[in-house]
Amino acid sequence: MFARLIEELPGFFGYYNVLFLGKAALATLGLSAIGCVVGTVLGLLLALIRMTGSRALAPLRWLAILFVETFRRVPFLVTLMLVFFSFQLSGADLPLFVVAAISVSLIAAAFLSEIIRGGFDSVHRNQWDAATAMNFGLLDTVRHVILPQAWRVILPPAFGFFVLFIKDTALASQIGVLELTYAGKVLNNKGFSAALVFAAILLIYFAISYPLSRFGARLEERLAPSRHQGP
Amino acid sequence: MHHLDIKGLEAAYGAVPVLSGIDLPVAKGDVIGLIGPSGSGKSTILRVLMGLIPPTAGTVTLEGNLVDYRDAAAVRRLRERVAIVFQQYNLFQNMTVLENVTVAPVKIRKRPKGEVETEARALLAKVGLGDKLDRFPDQLSGGQQQRVAIARALALKPEILLLDEVTAALDPELVSEVLDSIRLLAEDGMTMLIVSHEMGFIREVSSRVAFLDRGRIIEMDDARTIFDAPREERTRSFVSKILRH
Ligand SMILES: Nc1ncnc2c1ncn2[C@@H]1O[C@H](COP(=O)(O)OP(=O)(O)OP(=O)(O)O)[C@@H](O)[C@H]1O
Ligand SMILES: [Mg+2]
Repeated sequence: MFARLIEELPGFFGYYNVLFLGKAALATLGLSAIGCVVGTVLGLLLALIRMTGSRALAPLRWLAILFVETFRRVPFLVTLMLVFFSFQLSGADLPLFVVAAISVSLIAAAFLSEIIRGGFDSVHRNQWDAATAMNFGLLDTVRHVILPQAWRVILPPAFGFFVLFIKDTALASQIGVLELTYAGKVLNNKGFSAALVFAAILLIYFAISYPLSRFGARLEERLAPSRHQGP
Repeated sequence: MHHLDIKGLEAAYGAVPVLSGIDLPVAKGDVIGLIGPSGSGKSTILRVLMGLIPPTAGTVTLEGNLVDYRDAAAVRRLRERVAIVFQQYNLFQNMTVLENVTVAPVKIRKRPKGEVETEARALLAKVGLGDKLDRFPDQLSGGQQQRVAIARALALKPEILLLDEVTAALDPELVSEVLDSIRLLAEDGMTMLIVSHEMGFIREVSSRVAFLDRGRIIEMDDARTIFDAPREERTRSFVSKILRH
């Protein structure tokens, strides 16, 4: 068995295979990064919309709730198909990668907005009162008072979500995006042994996901330090 | 003209009425003591004045101008002239003592940071916290937090200061210190509304005292009348009960 694997190695790491795997890894990395970044920005925006109080913004709040509740509840694959076929119906001819990127961003936004909202809710109401009484607006309050206290509640589940999310981008293969899992299947079909192919895929997933977790831990140390050493 | 004139003010939490028909005329430089049993609505009056709870009826007039609490810009203008020290201090937990005092003047009022910090240091030294500038609120005692909250309010240079249970967490020594600073502020013409259970303090510092019960002002008079010769039976029984403690 091992002898066979070693025999296969040079062929497996041939120029075209490495290029192929590299491209697939980039697709996975790209989808993950776009989902995490766009999702965070949109998620923050959605959470902010839901914090507003004015009557004029009520319709916007309802839309935000509808959006979040929909995309949190619908399976990833269904969202992907929904976006895929909506674009197809509307006649817009977007590259598959873009369709996948839009889908993952929508999903990430919905989940992250709930994580961020939970963080906002964890901060005591009296912090809002003090800020409001000193004429802080919504954005100033969130930026200077609420977010700094909410990071410790937001970051762990957010990065937990990111890690799950990287794996879920594999579903993009269902609409034909060449990402890591798909590439694994292709190579396996080409005759390379499953053990070799999927071990390589596993390592690449790990190489994407592990630094992200480390980054999350670092961010937590920076943004939500625990300070109870000194008297 | 009254500095602050409250007429027929009502407020509710949901469907539960908390204030009914509060009339409270406040002249410039007045120090109004608000006393009354727990839950009588003392904090609520201050919160309504700050625009944290919408009034359901009544009017508030600030130097002759009616304050429309539905108009966000009008409420912001009011908050540039009125500051509050909360019963729970409400210090920003993510900021040091110094940052708590400087954040609003610098970030919201856009005043120069250096100048604001110098003032803040002086204010904090005055309340005996000159050596705690870099502490966080959860590293301070209740009394210390309260004094930070006072410094934070004063850094806003308000014309009117609302103080909620400002002596509750202070030891007797500090009560007299805070009392002195408040008397100084009063001499400078600062208008104040002070909520306290500390009757000795209220009696010393107030020009007038209002006794509240269940969301109504039962009686309002100068301190001596309220404490020594109240007209209302309810005031009498409250004052005698609390003075015995
Ligand atoms: N957030 C709230 N939601 C509902 N009811 C509230 C809320 N805050 C206060 N109340 C009620 O409003 C009434 C007045 O409360 P308030 O805090 O003004 O009393 P207080 O006179 O300041 O009392 P204390 O001396 O205990 O501070 C009380 O009956 C209280 O239970
Ligand atoms: Mg109170």
